[in-house]
Amino acid sequence: MVSDNSHNPAEEVRIGFFICHCGVNIASKIDVAEVAKFAETLPGVVVSRDYKYMCSDAGQDLIVEDIKNFRLNRIVVAACSPFLHEKTFRTATQRGGINPFLCHMVNIREHGSWVAEDRVTATEKAKAMAQGGVGRVRRHVALEKRREPVLQSVLVVGGGIAGIQAALTLANAGKHVYLVEREPTIGGHMAQFDKTFPTLDCAACILTPKMSEVGSHPNITLWAYSEVIHSEGYVGNYKVKVRRKARYINEDECTGCMECVEHCSFKTGVVDDEFNVGLVKRKPVYMSFPQAVPKIVVIDPLTCAKLSGGKCEESCIPACDRQALDFTQTERVEEIEVGAIIVATGFKTFDAKRKPYYGYGDFPNVYTSLEIERMVTSSGPTEGEVVCRDGRVPKSVGIVHCVGSRDHQTNRWCSRVCCMASLKLAYLLKEHTGAEIYNFYIDMRTPGKGYEEFYERLLEEGNHFIRGRVAEVTDFAMRPEEENHLIIQVEDTLSGYVRRVPVDMVVLAVGIEPQADASVVRRLFNISCSDEGFFLERHPKLAPVSTATEGVYLAGCCQGPRDIPDTVAQAGAAAAEALALLDPGFVEMEPMTAYVENELCSGCKTCQTMCPYGAISNDAERKIAVINPMLCKGCGTCVASCPSGAIHQNLFDDQELFDEIQEVLAHA
Amino acid sequence: MPDTYQPRILAFFCNWCTYTAADLAGVSRMKYAPTTRVVRVMCSGRIDPQFILSAFAKGADGVLIGGCHPGDCHYLEGNVKCLRRFRILQRMLVDLGIEPERIRLEWISASEGGKLKEVINAMSADLVRLGPLNLPDALRSFDAEVLKEETEAEVQELVTIP
Amino acid sequence: MSTKPKVGFYWCASCGGCEESFVDVAEAILDLAQLVEFAIFPVAMDFKRQDVEALDDGEIFATMINGAIRTSEQEEMCHLLRRKSQVIIAYGSCAYSGGIPALANLVSKEALMKYVYEDAPTVVNPDHARPQTETLDQGRMATLPEIREMVRSLDQVIEVDYSIPGCAPNPKLVLAALQTLLSGERPPKGAVLAPNVALCANCPRIDTKPRELSVKAFKRPHLHEVDPDTCLLAQGFLCMGPATRSGCGEACIRGNMPCTGCYGPVDGILDQGAKILTSLASLVEAHDEAGIDHAMEAIVDPVGSFYRYGMAKSLLRRKIDLPTPVAR
Repeated sequence: MVSDNSHNPAEEVRIGFFICHCGVNIASKIDVAEVAKFAETLPGVVVSRDYKYMCSDAGQDLIVEDIKNFRLNRIVVAACSPFLHEKTFRTATQRGGINPFLCHMVNIREHGSWVAEDRVTATEKAKAMAQGGVGRVRRHVALEKRREPVLQSVLVVGGGIAGIQAALTLANAGKHVYLVEREPTIGGHMAQFDKTFPTLDCAACILTPKMSEVGSHPNITLWAYSEVIHSEGYVGNYKVKVRRKARYINEDECTGCMECVEHCSFKTGVVDDEFNVGLVKRKPVYMSFPQAVPKIVVIDPLTCAKLSGGKCEESCIPACDRQALDFTQTERVEEIEVGAIIVATGFKTFDAKRKPYYGYGDFPNVYTSLEIERMVTSSGPTEGEVVCRDGRVPKSVGIVHCVGSRDHQTNRWCSRVCCMASLKLAYLLKEHTGAEIYNFYIDMRTPGKGYEEFYERLLEEGNHFIRGRVAEVTDFAMRPEEENHLIIQVEDTLSGYVRRVPVDMVVLAVGIEPQADASVVRRLFNISCSDEGFFLERHPKLAPVSTATEGVYLAGCCQGPRDIPDTVAQAGAAAAEALALLDPGFVEMEPMTAYVENELCSGCKTCQTMCPYGAISNDAERKIAVINPMLCKGCGTCVASCPSGAIHQNLFDDQELFDEIQEVLAHA
Repeated sequence: MPDTYQPRILAFFCNWCTYTAADLAGVSRMKYAPTTRVVRVMCSGRIDPQFILSAFAKGADGVLIGGCHPGDCHYLEGNVKCLRRFRILQRMLVDLGIEPERIRLEWISASEGGKLKEVINAMSADLVRLGPLNLPDALRSFDAEVLKEETEAEVQELVTIP
Repeated sequence: MSTKPKVGFYWCASCGGCEESFVDVAEAILDLAQLVEFAIFPVAMDFKRQDVEALDDGEIFATMINGAIRTSEQEEMCHLLRRKSQVIIAYGSCAYSGGIPALANLVSKEALMKYVYEDAPTVVNPDHARPQTETLDQGRMATLPEIREMVRSLDQVIEVDYSIPGCAPNPKLVLAALQTLLSGERPPKGAVLAPNVALCANCPRIDTKPRELSVKAFKRPHLHEVDPDTCLLAQGFLCMGPATRSGCGEACIRGNMPCTGCYGPVDGILDQGAKILTSLASLVEAHDEAGIDHAMEAIVDPVGSFYRYGMAKSLLRRKIDLPTPVAR
């Protein structure tokens, strides 16, 4: 990949300096012509130009032509962030016939014009930055990118709709997928929903075929009831450890007939059923829902009388005619190697108890939207019958939007899906009960195909919409008609006065939050997070499913709140990125690794303490440090620690940095 | 140039968190003092204390190091390794007459463009209060009192007792 | 007149240890004495300044100057010797990088003078008298050299051809250097005539240093028993060996004391103190500020520990907020 015309260190340094106007993005705050004129005076600069759009074809050609015409052997481009166009200009440099790493970018847009108030100081700052870049590029040498093979398998973490979609896309393309899900079944939140907005398709009807496809796909290894506990390696070559929790069921034997559940010595449920968000109890041996994939029961060791050390008649054992129950099972750790990782760990809903004045947990007839989802589902605990906890069928329901969302006391962000989800629940509740439905909203947010139309339909169908953030849900009646009701107190900001709306049932449209252990997960895979704790994409527009860690991609709500169509699209994009990584069979590694100057190394071992990847070993014979370039990730921590200056780092060598420091400060 | 004193801050930003935060501040058009000169390193663990001393010697009024929050380092713990060096370096610099406000280590994640702006503005204000460090001139003047070769003969005449 | 090459050995702000080391060349010095003739050697022989002035420029083959430079007289003598010598060798840590005397760069000249002539417990000086550079006594002017604001290394005063670091230099290095030069071989100008690798390369204890060392808290050697065989850093003692040029014969280590850094850094290092700092801080185990500070509590005086011999040649050269020297 490197041109033959590589740089010879003895030859005279001939630098080309190119400064971009970026339309007016840079030129409005920085006098680019003046900076170009200044750069021309710097030692080694042979040609200095400004151009409207350096990243355009014409701009790149300018570099290519100048390299040839002026025999340039170093390039400095003062433009935007290297995160955007470093690759562009390195490629252009290479097209000009010299090594791409002889090009350096100076970030005068993000760090310059866009943060500047004053044109004069911004121009001076740009000159200093230009001088720093010119200073360092003199030291640049030709570097080679190393090629590493890419393993042809992908780990997908999380078996919600995002993980399912990504896994199926990859598996259908012929890649082997390991799908790891923490819960006993895949399906995620979508499996808990009744209908999907705005089309009102049955969620299960569109999800369960995909779930069973995952379960039977020859290219998918599905590990439910499992968690990733360790990940190491690098793009194309990750080593991952997965803890497979004990189900106490022989997975090969269980057919999901549920006889053991039937015959459990507990005749009724003893613990909150997670899948039904605690609306009912489940037994210690259970299956989350009838369409679970894998269709295998699981025994909860904390409540199982036998496993928790209590007395038990063990009636489940004979109930299974395949002897699938195995109380001696222990958890085991699987080690796998994959080329790419897709993180699709989803979200949790806002805990409504954090808004105590909405009465959740205090008033039995206050529900969360997820509870109502379960309640209106025909396969749910009430078989679709909407009844309050006190047994009555509600004649009036209040739906409170933005619970926990758009709120400076809790979560500042909009959870994006709750407006539409609330409209859907309004529709379903009205359909199931004929009740009067009151929606309390701040703003209605319905951007999406068919969304606004759905909102209009609900308006036409006689649902009530009251604009205002609900102040309180109370049972304190002030008027006779409020007796035996929950009263929603709200300032109606359209009519301008405070209203008290008595209802039988309150539904809190809880927002979307990062998973409780999101920070553990992101550290496992070396992902950053944004302020809220959602995983951070590499670039919000141009690399929305990539992360700062090569080969690790994002899908679904772990990256931020989104609805099902967006999640599926994003999962497809993540799968496509993974495919693009895997398909060529190799990956080019950035060359910014460290290496040892053998003669100078004293073998003091300081560097070995520094390396988090075990890339540095001690040559027993020569008693010096040796760096394995395959394991080195180029952080440079060993370089900074070396007391002899015997370790060098490509692109970030001491001399390059000393010169950059000196030159960037030289301009007053 | 405005008449007011603009300090010069050499900013070592790690590629993954603080450099990206500075990009975000730019994309978000946050305005902050034009005092920083950013040197990108892959990790705050790359920062050799020699760089910091060199920055002061070459004319920086302050040095700002930006790294990922503890636990968030792209290279696991490079930021902690930076912190270990920083704690003793700052103590040493005080003994060498450099005020602690002139060297600052901040954890700024990729999403904290606002924090970056605040840190730079606050540090700039501190440095304006302290005034210029101007070590290049001081270092030049350190040798002002030394005998120069060309004047030696002349000096010798004056000092030597015949 | 002798045809033997002339050699000079001069001292500035020095303790005399360098002269000792020169004599420690031992029997070989007798051979050396056969080969050369001394032009100046204040400690051992009675030469006067006029004797040197009487020589032709470049007549001395090589002069070794030890000690740091702080007075006008030292500067004059260095300039004189530079003119008379073909080769100038900065001899010992003080001439090479300032040495112990350069730690005076952490206090102002005024503070030093006040302490020495007024405040020191053994001083009685009710008139606050201070030495003067010129004193008229019975019609005759008596002069004293001027003390400068700062201590300097030799190369900050005159051009230096070679350096032999060490406090004091290893006689073997000295002998080898002189033999090389007398043989007519000239190493590249500016070379340090000692191996360009750090002490650990030759340390007899290196095999006892763990692959991944982490130190809970550093220790001071006078407060703890020191194991004679184990790597001193592994025991938690501040050893500057990793950041210090070898050539000393590991005398301190073999004497069961940690290296204090007298040979300076290897080539290419701009600031030995910074490198000592980074190599020591890299070993700390703690992850939080309190733990890190605790680990380094025993480094009571970071500047004194890291720049014990190298203050004058460091990037900052001295405490920077002291009064700046005034041009003459």
